[in-house]
Amino acid sequence: MSENNIDRRKFLAAAAAGAGFVAIAPGIRLVEIAAAKPDNEPVTSKVRWGMLIDTTRCQSGCTECVSACGKENGLSEVKKPRTDAQWIRKIDLKELKTGRALSLPMMCQHCANPPCVDVCPTGASFKRADGIVLVDRHICIGCRYCMMACPYKARSFVHEPHTDQNPEVPRGQGCVEGCTLCVHRVDRGGTPACVEACAAAGHNAMLFGDLNDPGSAIAKRVREVKTTQVRADLKLDLGVRYEGI
Amino acid sequence: MRAIALAVLWGLTFAAAHAAEPGRTPLPAIAIEKPGQCVEAKDVMRRDHMKLLKHQRDKTLHEGIRTKKHSLNECIACHASQKTGTVLGKDGFCQSCHDYAAVKPDCWDCHQPKPGQKTAGARP
Ligand code: SF4
Ligand code: SF4
Repeated sequence: MSENNIDRRKFLAAAAAGAGFVAIAPGIRLVEIAAAKPDNEPVTSKVRWGMLIDTTRCQSGCTECVSACGKENGLSEVKKPRTDAQWIRKIDLKELKTGRALSLPMMCQHCANPPCVDVCPTGASFKRADGIVLVDRHICIGCRYCMMACPYKARSFVHEPHTDQNPEVPRGQGCVEGCTLCVHRVDRGGTPACVEACAAAGHNAMLFGDLNDPGSAIAKRVREVKTTQVRADLKLDLGVRYEGI
Repeated sequence: MRAIALAVLWGLTFAAAHAAEPGRTPLPAIAIEKPGQCVEAKDVMRRDHMKLLKHQRDKTLHEGIRTKKHSLNECIACHASQKTGTVLGKDGFCQSCHDYAAVKPDCWDCHQPKPGQKTAGARP
């Protein structure tokens, strides 16, 4: 199922890059290309970015997504494991009665009703129109309320000065930060680095896309199979969903 | 006694006038290595670059508008010294002027002062 979708995306991207829009066969939707909005247009709430993680495909011991995130966002500079920022982490779970084991990546769930935004005293934590939750570091005072409020331990405080940032991902000492869904890539029609790395490793356990677009691969998948929001009882309406937990 | 005081005063005035002579006052090093047109007129940039940057940063971060015109990364791409590769350092385009004007912007706590995108992030 998801391999087919990836093939379709590849085909669409190739078609868009090559012959342009003319050669696309009838019946193939252009929505995924259209999602790469022009640079001068603001994001809108027509889009709700989301991620679906298939825990039946995620491999225990594999940390491709974690290292891809570190590389993309320049997280691996300091190497003080106790305090280094961590935007995505791997979790291994085991049901004691049956011995059933699973492995999954956990990161900011991009809540539609984000507690981090509720508690932030400065307005630095905010949700973009398209559902991506970010920290405006120009406003953040480093109080770390949001770290306390987040039920998913998704945020980190930056303890050390940094000099090796990716120019597209500014980050520095004294602010709180978390997964941005690689917003700098997404705004240009790309996918998050973790999703790309997982696919490159052949696991295809992560699917990224627009939950609001009924034709997108992720919307189809969540319509077809049972997916779970972690701690759904909190009613935060998460952008990240899990399959097989 | 009065004569000595006057002499000292005169001496001080002379020293002050001397220091203001051109060539003896430190001036910022504004080296434009890449010739061409800046995104705004020179006097606008000198006075208002910080306002333009601040406006653009809010648009980019909150609304996802990633036009190049007033983007800090584009300033850096054009103005980084070809020798040191950065806009900072003693003669760096940003730092030399900020040092001269005694302002300490904290952009560089988070932003990368060297150009060059590390990742492309193209749609697979
Ligand atoms: S998962 Fe945590 S950091 Fe992310 S939006 Fe929800 S509360 Fe905020
Ligand atoms: S640490 Fe920053 S983002 Fe978090 S609650 Fe405090 S001001 Fe807001």
